[in-house]
Amino acid sequence: MTASFAAEIGPPILLTIQLAAITTALLLVVGTPLAWWLARSRAWWKEGVGALVAMPLVLPPTVLGFYLLVLLGPDGPGGWIAELWGARTLAFTFTGLVIGSVFYSLPFVVQPIRNAFEAFGERPLEVAATLRASPLDAFWNVALPLARPGLLTGAVLGFAHTVGEFGVVLMIGGNLPGQTKVLSVAIFDYVETLQWAKAHAVAAGMTLFAFAVILATTLAERRWRRARVG
Amino acid sequence: MTGAAADPNSFAFAGHVGAFALDVAFDAPPTGVTALFGPSGCGKTTVLRSIAGLQRMARGRVMVAGAPWQEGEIFVPPHRRSVGYVFQEASLFAHLSVKQNLLFGASRAGPAGAGAAAAFDDVVDLLGVGPLLGRATAALSGGERQRVAIGRALLSRPSLLLMDEPLAALDAASKNDILPFLERLHGALSLPVLYVTHDMAEVERLADWLVLLQAGRVLASGPLAALQSDPTLPLAARRDAAVSLEAVTGAYDAAYGLLALDVPGGRFLAPSAPAQAGEARRISIQAADVSLALRRPEQSTISNILGARIIEAAPLGSQELAVLVGLGQDGAGARLLARVTRRSWDQLGLRTGLPVFAQIKGVALVPGAR
Repeated sequence: MTASFAAEIGPPILLTIQLAAITTALLLVVGTPLAWWLARSRAWWKEGVGALVAMPLVLPPTVLGFYLLVLLGPDGPGGWIAELWGARTLAFTFTGLVIGSVFYSLPFVVQPIRNAFEAFGERPLEVAATLRASPLDAFWNVALPLARPGLLTGAVLGFAHTVGEFGVVLMIGGNLPGQTKVLSVAIFDYVETLQWAKAHAVAAGMTLFAFAVILATTLAERRWRRARVG
Repeated sequence: MTGAAADPNSFAFAGHVGAFALDVAFDAPPTGVTALFGPSGCGKTTVLRSIAGLQRMARGRVMVAGAPWQEGEIFVPPHRRSVGYVFQEASLFAHLSVKQNLLFGASRAGPAGAGAAAAFDDVVDLLGVGPLLGRATAALSGGERQRVAIGRALLSRPSLLLMDEPLAALDAASKNDILPFLERLHGALSLPVLYVTHDMAEVERLADWLVLLQAGRVLASGPLAALQSDPTLPLAARRDAAVSLEAVTGAYDAAYGLLALDVPGGRFLAPSAPAQAGEARRISIQAADVSLALRRPEQSTISNILGARIIEAAPLGSQELAVLVGLGQDGAGARLLARVTRRSWDQLGLRTGLPVFAQIKGVALVPGAR
């Protein structure tokens, strides 16, 4: 079983890592400015935006998946975008999966970064301003380094959460090998076809992965905090 | 340029912060320390933040070294103002080393060159932060952190240094650790400093010029001694009301350990460590330590008895008066404040213009001052 199993499970592992890596990168690019705005804006409607961002925390993945399916499908904006390169739809594609994952994992990235920005408050930025740092300069050289633990937590949570996502993937991605068949779907497949040994192997691997991620993040954060306080 | 630099810096703000109304206007001399003094909540910090541009009052005018930082529609953003700001908490950047903190503003204020390197060494020397350079900011004591914060502000080459109660968050030991550095700073720098405090002892040690604030308004502003000796200001009503005088040292009597201190119109003797003649020293004389007599008291233990003339008096409550006297026969010398009871005032028939003898029980050399 080992050689064929490796050949079988290799592509879903690779696809899962690709998906999680691309999604995390996009989430940091989109989520950091969003978290900055949520932490500092005084707009009355900002908590509305905050609630929208947090929605995937409480929304059933199938509901989110359904709406994404509509949006990504041939009659939605996803379809219009897909037409640009001659395709019919973004649903059931890797691109669609990335878009879905970004929405689904957004709160896991934005919340820790927002907390980190809020934790150090206004003062370091005021100090930077009185030391001739423009707002952009202060963002890059003061705010981002100070928020480093939050950025790390956000990136790790975003990555891990994307690796584990199932409901949304099934709704908008289906189960196309090499296209949208990621690990969580692979487990489901094995169970459906009563291949318990393989399901066990994948499930155990993912459990170990989750444990390692949490442990490494906690240790790294503690080291940073100690370097700062001690 | 020299003409502009000699102009006083001037500040005016009016507006509201929440329910608090601020309406102030004052000048500060182009060099030396100007203390903004007043009780908590009188608007001192708001004024300082508005000068730095961290806060924008509805109406404001800020002129520093001849340049408008705020006037009408002009509002220069804080990072374009050549200001140094020392906050109450040192607020060092936790992600940078002591040296990187010091250089944060320096590198942004202009290109690094031989001059900048020399300035760095000077500031490091002045504040005694050399041994701290390689350390993480978390490993510093409160006083050390504040010294680094002051150095960081100075190295950004400000044309105005703002200090917001830089000692208030420190314990007594750290305060005593840092005050001598502030005094050295005062001697070494030519740039104007605005120093916010609610501690009169700091004012006496550091300030040349005083702005008295109360409930969002300026009560008075002027040279330190002039405001301290004004019997109508609330300063005179404080239990620790005192006048600071700039004295020049005279002969030292080694047998008794007494130093002669000359001020216009008189000479004081004060217990002191040995000192050279001809040095400038600041002395402080409390109003409660000054009594008045019509005839020169003889056979008194008080060694400082000087001829003076009453200039002005103002009631302190119902039992006492604050009396301003000028030293010398004509009363044109240095001015002292005396606290006398109304009963004594009436019994001795004291009045404005009357020549008297001022008996001074205590003359304190202000530590470290020039």
